[in-house]
Parts: sequence; C-alpha cells; structure tokens
Amino acid sequence: MKKYVLHRFLQLIPVLIGITFLSFAMMRIAGSDAVTELYGDKTAVAQEIIDAKRAELGLDKPFLTQYVSWVGGMLRGDMGVSYVSGKNVFDTFISKLPATLLLTVLSIIMTVVISIPLGVLAAVRHDRFTDYFLRFFSFVGNSLPNFFVALLLMQLFAIRWKILPVIADGTSFQSAIMPTLTLAIAMSAKYMRQVRATVLEELNKEYVVGAKARGIRSRCVLWKSVLKSSMLTIITLLALSIGNLLGGTAIIESIFMWDGVGKLAVDAITMRDYPLIQAYVVWMAIIYVLVNLITDLLYHWLDPRIRLGVSEK
Amino acid sequence: MSDVTVRVQKIRRNTVKTRLIIFTILAALLVIGSLFSSHLTPYDPYLQDLSIAKAPPSAAHLFGTDRYGRDMLSRVIVGSRASIYSTLLLVGIITAIGTAVGVFCGWKGGKIDVILMRISDMFLAFPGLVFAMAVAGVLGGGLQNAIIALAAISWPKYARIARSQTLAQKETVWMKAAKLSGSSTGKIIFKHILPNIIGPILVTSMLDIGTMMMELAALSFLGLGAKPPIAEWGSMMSDTRSLLSTCPWITLSPGLAIFVSVMIFNLLGDTIRDYADPKTRGR
Repeated sequence: MKKYVLHRFLQLIPVLIGITFLSFAMMRIAGSDAVTELYGDKTAVAQEIIDAKRAELGLDKPFLTQYVSWVGGMLRGDMGVSYVSGKNVFDTFISKLPATLLLTVLSIIMTVVISIPLGVLAAVRHDRFTDYFLRFFSFVGNSLPNFFVALLLMQLFAIRWKILPVIADGTSFQSAIMPTLTLAIAMSAKYMRQVRATVLEELNKEYVVGAKARGIRSRCVLWKSVLKSSMLTIITLLALSIGNLLGGTAIIESIFMWDGVGKLAVDAITMRDYPLIQAYVVWMAIIYVLVNLITDLLYHWLDPRIRLGVSEK
Repeated sequence: MSDVTVRVQKIRRNTVKTRLIIFTILAALLVIGSLFSSHLTPYDPYLQDLSIAKAPPSAAHLFGTDRYGRDMLSRVIVGSRASIYSTLLLVGIITAIGTAVGVFCGWKGGKIDVILMRISDMFLAFPGLVFAMAVAGVLGGGLQNAIIALAAISWPKYARIARSQTLAQKETVWMKAAKLSGSSTGKIIFKHILPNIIGPILVTSMLDIGTMMMELAALSFLGLGAKPPIAEWGSMMSDTRSLLSTCPWITLSPGLAIFVSVMIFNLLGDTIRDYADPKTRGR
C-alpha cells in the first residue's frame, strides 16, 4: 500500500507539469501579455518604452524561461495582477474559493440525500413501476441543461411564488438553496443511475441468492451485505463526479450571482482578464487532480482486500 | 436455457428494435428538419411587429412573441440549425480525431504512443467545462471557437477507446494472417482494424451527442459560443435573460428546445447501446 501511494504521488508530477504548461501556453497562444494589455492599442507609446517594460517584466526571455519563472511565482502565491482590478490574482482567487467550496459541499450532500435512497429503491424494485418511474426522472434530469434548470427554478421560486431571493445576497442559507438545487438535480440524475446499476449488480451475485435460500430476510441481506459492499463503488463514483461539478458551478454561480471563483472566472473571461483566467484554470485542474487522487487512495484504503494485502498484488 | 427465457429475450429484442426505429426516425426528423428550418417556420422569424410584442403563448403564437413581436416558435425553429449542426460537427470532429490518434498509437506503439497518451492524460486531467471555457475565452468566443474548445478537451476519450480496441485487434488470428499474407499497413488499418473497432466508438459518440449539445449551449449561454445575429438556442436564452421576470416564455422556450433535442439524442444513444450490447439492457 505504501508503495502504491508513493507511486501515485510520483505519477502526479508529470500531470501537474502538463497542467501548468498547458495553461501557460494557452495564454501565450492568445497572443496577449501584460504589456499589450497595459498600453492597449495606444500607438502613442514609443516602441522603446514597450521594450523596456517587456524587459522589466521578463517578457523578452525565451518561452521556457518564462514558464519556469511563472511556475515559481505560482508556488509562492504570486500569479501576477489582474488586468482589470490591478489586485493580486492569487489573493482574489483564494478569497472567493470558500464560497465555491461551500456550494460544492452543499450540492454533494443534497445529491447523496436524493440519489442514494432513490437509486437503491430503483434497484430493489427492478423492472417494476417504481423503477421505470425513477429511471424516467433520471433520464429527464440528464437531458436538462443546468442553466435551463437554473432559470426555471428562478422563474418559479423567485419570480412567481416569491419564496426565495432572485440573486444571492452574500452567501446566506436562503440564497444557497436554488444554486444547490440546480447542481444537485443534474448530478442526482446521473448518480442515481450509477447507484442503481451498482446495487443491481451486487444483488445479482450468488451470495445474495445463497443468503435468501438460507432464509435470511431480504431486507437484512440488503442492508447488511449488499449496501455495505456497494458503498465502495458508490463513494468512488461520487468523488469522481466532483470534477463535473467544478466546471458546472461556474455557469450556475454567474446566473445566481453567487460570489465564488466560478463567477469570478466567467467575469474574467468576459473582460479578457488573462492572469485571472489562468489562475482559475490551473487551480481548478490541480484541485480536480488532487480530489481524484484522494478518491483513488480512499478506494484502496476502504477495500479490505487491498488494505490487508490479501490480494495477489 | 428454458423456453421462458428465450421468449423473454425475444420480446426484449423486439422492443429494442421498435425503440431503435422510433428514435432513429425522431432524430432524423430533427436533423433533416433543422436543415430546412428556414422553410418550416409558421412566421417570418425576423418580422417585427411591435403591436404584438411580448405576447404570451397563444394558439396563433405557440411560444408567444419576443420583445419586438417576433414569433418565438419560428425563432426557435430557425435556431435549431446552428445548435444541431454545430453539435453534430463537433461530435464528428472528436470522433475522427480521437479514432485517428487512437488507432495510430495502438498500431505504432513505442515512444510516440507513450507521448500521445501522456498528452491525452494531460487533457483528461482538466475538469471538462473549465478548460473549454478558458479556451473559448482565450480564442475570443464565436461558434467556431466554441467547437474548437470543446473538441480540444473531448478527443482523448475516443483516443483511449480506439487505442485499446486496436491493441485487442492486433492480437487476433486474422490480423496475423493479414500480416503474413503481406497486406499493406493502410489496407490492414482500413479493411481489418477500422471496421472491427468502429462499433464501440460510434456508440460512444451517439451517447455523447446530448452532452455535447448541452455543453455547446452552455458556452453560448456564457457568451462564449454563437453570437447574434446567428440564432442559437443557448445565446438566445442569455440574450433574453433580463426578460425572465416579465415574459418567461421568451427565455425558456429555446431551453425547452434544447431539452427536447438532447432527450431525443440521448434516447437514441441509449437504444443503440442496448441494441449493440444486450448486456447493458435495463441498466
């Protein structure tokens, strides 16, 4: 197990290099740097001044040198300043991160609360009315674009029934309901299917038939054996879906004016604030990779066969 | 196998076939309809008539009218062309690029395989829409750039599938026979490998159409995809967002169109998967 953990951490290195390199290169391809942004199209600025500024910021150095110094700056929390606000990009990003994490955690909790019971129910009632009914709903949920759901909820809850505020005023509980619900609906639809499939597969295993033949009540088999062994896969799948959530929060945050990194990124993209976009992409990718790594390690740790070293590995 | 199981299987097979026919027809209607969309509108989608502006849905105007009195149903129908064709183009591009890279890697092996697969890992390390948003933002929006952005993050999945399928094909007896009998590489790839691996790849791309359509619409909604005057469902929704409180039908009817189209393509994709692989049926 220790060897495996070490191996996974070593594997992380090229991926991180790749992520940072790609993010850096992308902004270069855009053909924009701090100096062009600074002076804009003002032709009045002499070429000498531009060149001097370039040299000062190190923009005249070769691509790779610039990349290395950029990564170095990133590690020290220095990712440059925003073209628009002039504030430190990293600090801005960090200050907005808690709101996004709160939204993510709330949506995951809601997804678990909705989809695990329904998924198990659908599996237990396999090919009966309840199953078809739930599958139909999961199908509908899967075909709904989340911005459409967001606007629909907004129209119903905030405008027609006036129960909830239209835009988030800070990060209060009330204003969190609609964005959470929007994200949870899309995730639950997908996740419920996976829970159902996992439990169904487990239910079809021979030990279940064996247990039933020995006269153990089905409810007992379900709760004590089937769910216990399905949980491993269910948890893993949930953690893997966090990546989708990270991308999905951006659009939802900007619709509901939720003051997180997603809204920050959308605004930055509209304003062509490259350092901010760069910071968002790099950090989201790093968070995503780390979450996946933790999931993988958790999966190995939770699986007694691997943890106790019983398997051939 | 008892008679009952055989019978049940037969019935199942038939329902899958019926479903396949129904959803293929629906999807075909959608695709062909959107091609001729400009001839199918009940009204001129650009005709402004301020006397009936912001009229709620009625028998004459099923989806109501927008702020200039243009018929929303006609506008949604016209919007289908950009939405559906750009999605199909996108799925086509990622399938072609992914398959080409995958087959090449699987066939060649060696260093180039390692390098290309590491690159695809790199792309897979990004959470999908985050990267697409950034690329589209950097390229400066527009439908074409949105397609490029989504293609950039979506091809690795196909490359992986194509590569593993190619590797499996390489080990087969007929492949060895083809090699021994001196077939050229091109002939082997196009006559023996591609026809055998295209099934799973096409099933994946059919299942992806719905997702891609939603992601493309999401980019347009954020202002990173189609821009006016191109009528596209996602951008139509974001343009009219301010009208949500007073005339929700204007904002919501393109969303309904996205939902229905995605649903049809998802149903078709699921059915094709069931048809191709009976094991997944009912899962």
